[in-house]
Amino acid sequence: MKILIVDDFSTMRRIIKNLLRDLGFSNTDEADDGNTALPKLQTGKFDFLVTDWNMPGMQGIDLLKAVRADPNLASLPVLLVTAEAKKEQIVEAAQAGVNGYVVKPFTAATLKEKIDKIFERIEAG
Amino acid sequence: MNENNICSDGGLEYAKKLVACIEQGHQEEAEKVMEDLSALRENNLFQELGKLTRDLHDTMVGFQLDSKIANMAETDIPDATERLNHVITLTEQAAEKTLSAVETSMVLFDELREKSEKLHGNWGRFRKRDMDVDEFRSMSAELDEFFQWLGQKTPDISASLSDIMMAQGFQDLTGQIIGRVITLVQDVEEGLVGLIRMTGQRMNVSGAKEKDKKKDGPDIEAAGPAVPGVDKGDIVNSQDDVDDLLSSLGF
Repeated sequence: MKILIVDDFSTMRRIIKNLLRDLGFSNTDEADDGNTALPKLQTGKFDFLVTDWNMPGMQGIDLLKAVRADPNLASLPVLLVTAEAKKEQIVEAAQAGVNGYVVKPFTAATLKEKIDKIFERIEAG
Repeated sequence: MNENNICSDGGLEYAKKLVACIEQGHQEEAEKVMEDLSALRENNLFQELGKLTRDLHDTMVGFQLDSKIANMAETDIPDATERLNHVITLTEQAAEKTLSAVETSMVLFDELREKSEKLHGNWGRFRKRDMDVDEFRSMSAELDEFFQWLGQKTPDISASLSDIMMAQGFQDLTGQIIGRVITLVQDVEEGLVGLIRMTGQRMNVSGAKEKDKKKDGPDIEAAGPAVPGVDKGDIVNSQDDVDDLLSSLGF
């Protein structure tokens, strides 16, 4: 399981990376916005994407849309982990095809629950 | 003096012509000259009107700039105060959480060190065969107890470490909030510079106008972390709200 973590704050990337390692996912890579993430996704054979929303350059929501529009990436599970808390934003993300939405500040338990749920759903097909 | 002014060479010429026409009794020509003369005066009037219109326009633009600054003073600055207060709250919470976790862990580590030092001493004596059977039994009971204690306490230590790590999330949230306040400060600065430019000399304000142009950006703007007292209305307050909203959308 190879996971890409996208956030403009390196502290948050480290937190998510450590949480994922605790959950048994140690094969991770990082990017600081959508523009650097997309080429990595296109060449890196990732199985899962965890991304922030608000980033300079390409934002998380646009990265999500770009992933869904790319035939090679369209089915990649995407979890948004963001401080963006407006209802219209959550609706927008859902419509764009997000697999999970976690608002910051979050707990380790919340992240685990959402990731478990995403994988359960994928395995159920 | 303006050449369209009545008191100018042009005006004087018309006047002389008019006098000549009247003296010679040329009614029609005299009327024509009078028309030209008043046209001269009207030209002057239009120019003055033009100048007035420009002044009015400049004042209106200046007024818009004024109201932009007034808006900043009325809403944006108090908002920024709220945001910065929220930063204080978030950093305080993170510091408290970290300190609590460190304090809990320190107590556990002191206990761990004490227990292991005692066991280490006894173990050394055992290895040197300097221990009788009763002491060995007691050490073995202590070892059992120690392993049990370790099994109970290590989850507490991992929980504290996890708390410390999660508390560092404040850096992302406060960083985003402070970033927004910096943008506001820059806007206020630009507004003030514009205002000084306007009042000091009615120079062009095209720079200020340029800024107002609608930015090309994503359809949905990122709003940053929700700040209590600033962001009201359509925001979710917890992960449960997010989950409820998503399940209402069929998730």
